[in-house]
Amino acid sequence: MFDVTVIGGGVAGLCVARNLIDRGARVTLYDRAGAPGPHGCSWWAGGMLAPYCEGESAEEPVIRLGQEAADWWQAKTKTVHHCGSLVISPTRDHADLRRFGRRTSAFQEVGAGEIAQLEPDLAGRFSKGLYFPTEAHLAPRAALTNLRQSLVEAGVSFVTQDADPMTHATQGITVDCRGFAAKDTLTDLRAVKGEMLILSCPDISLNRPIRLLHPRIPIYIVPRGNGIFMLGATMIEGLGSHHITARSVLEMLSAAYALNPAFGEAEILETGVDNRPAFANNQPRIRRSGNLIQANGLYRHGFLLAPALARMVAEVIFDSTTPEVMDETAT
Amino acid sequence: MRAFYGTHLANGFMLGTAQYPSPAILSDAFQRSGASVATVSLRRESGQDRAGQDFWALIQNLGVHILPNTAGCHTVKEAVTTAHMAREIFGTKWIKLEVIGEEDTLQPDVFGLTEAARILSDDGFQVFPYTTEDLVVAGKLVDAGCEVLMPWGAPIGSGQGLNNLFGLRAMRAHFPDIPLVVDAGIGLPSHAVQAMELGYDAVLLNTAVAKAGDPAQMAQAFAAAITAGQMAHAADPMEARDMAAPSTPLLGKAFLS
Repeated sequence: MFDVTVIGGGVAGLCVARNLIDRGARVTLYDRAGAPGPHGCSWWAGGMLAPYCEGESAEEPVIRLGQEAADWWQAKTKTVHHCGSLVISPTRDHADLRRFGRRTSAFQEVGAGEIAQLEPDLAGRFSKGLYFPTEAHLAPRAALTNLRQSLVEAGVSFVTQDADPMTHATQGITVDCRGFAAKDTLTDLRAVKGEMLILSCPDISLNRPIRLLHPRIPIYIVPRGNGIFMLGATMIEGLGSHHITARSVLEMLSAAYALNPAFGEAEILETGVDNRPAFANNQPRIRRSGNLIQANGLYRHGFLLAPALARMVAEVIFDSTTPEVMDETAT
Repeated sequence: MRAFYGTHLANGFMLGTAQYPSPAILSDAFQRSGASVATVSLRRESGQDRAGQDFWALIQNLGVHILPNTAGCHTVKEAVTTAHMAREIFGTKWIKLEVIGEEDTLQPDVFGLTEAARILSDDGFQVFPYTTEDLVVAGKLVDAGCEVLMPWGAPIGSGQGLNNLFGLRAMRAHFPDIPLVVDAGIGLPSHAVQAMELGYDAVLLNTAVAKAGDPAQMAQAFAAAITAGQMAHAADPMEARDMAAPSTPLLGKAFLS
């Protein structure tokens, strides 16, 4: 048994800690803010475990590695809903739906009747859609909280303080999972700002994440149960302020209203802004320099790819292999 | 090829930098396109305090001329502010001026456009105005100090090609000394060929490449099209006529029978 220090307690750090514990390591996890909360970008995630839908703009590794996610999260946190995802568009944007279908796989084309069966509250509003039956979703906050709790029970020491990866690496294996905070050493990391809303709308019930295609303002809406919905998300290059812009709120709410006008009566519970860490190819990378292992760049795929990334971090440590997302040269 | 405010471009390909699946694919598309100009939107990709600097650094590393734009601006004031921000960040006097007048078609507000063009030209900017094919508006833009005109082919992102060939041809004829760029509406390489065959100096496009299944390959296809159109125009193409003109000599045949 040996000791590993993990720095960063967001989705990446917690998944890494879980995989290391499962393989017999003793783990100490540092996070400057403590338990998962609004300070971390995984707190604001959509929680869609939708590798096939992501294939619309993501490259092959994301689709393949993302397929590990639903089973992993269910095994470790019991928070996964296996209800598929539904992609729809207004009639005037059916070209976008056809394009989405050309770029993705593992879906069924559905018409008005099937859409009404899948989502009664969308009945009569959309005539065509794509249904991805094998996809899943989870509630990110519950998943992070459960995961952390399971780690506490498994004996992980949690330390609420800032920690310098280089310093810790002089004493033993250290995994840097700080997300964008690691920009000081990962200079090619960039921030992609995302904005989202949390709405309460008891009038509407949805069973699964819905993606509404639009040439300018594509949105997704993820049901959290009890009439709560997460609405996201913008993709803006660059570090954002901590506040959502009026334009983004207008756009996202207009799109929700197009989905079902009853969203006009929703209450806005929260607005969120985060800075997702990304590398140039928008795929996660692992880099190693001696005892220091850096795992970062989950981009908009935190919950989707963290299980695969964490598995590969464990392989680097225990098996001394070079996993596919690992860069050869140390930084 | 006419010079753009004194700058001779290697070719007539201006490519946008928005909407690519990743910066790596964007960079790949630029390499295969050989495009000489990259447009970059400041409004949506900035936030505050030079927030987009990592992305801008990627654009600057493409090694091409940078044409910042005021995409998404609806008022003269917004456009002017954005232009100043662009000049400071990219260190260029070039600005693609967009003042949007109508939300559904993203049609330019030509009144706001001429006003903003005058303000910016007076302030030393070299303005590339996104306009319609309206000749009167074009004349006012030139009066306002614009030495380049960028009429639309069709609404932004629509991919409909050149909707008003007559208007675009008339514009070429009316402004023989002004560099002209078809900006917006280009969906296929054939549209780009058409624009270059009309004698336009460049085409500016983004969605057609960024949203293609293989952006880099589409970029290369556009590069070939732009070269083809430019060469064809320079080669003085034949004119269309109403009757057949056989390419085999008729000498010796009773052609008047």
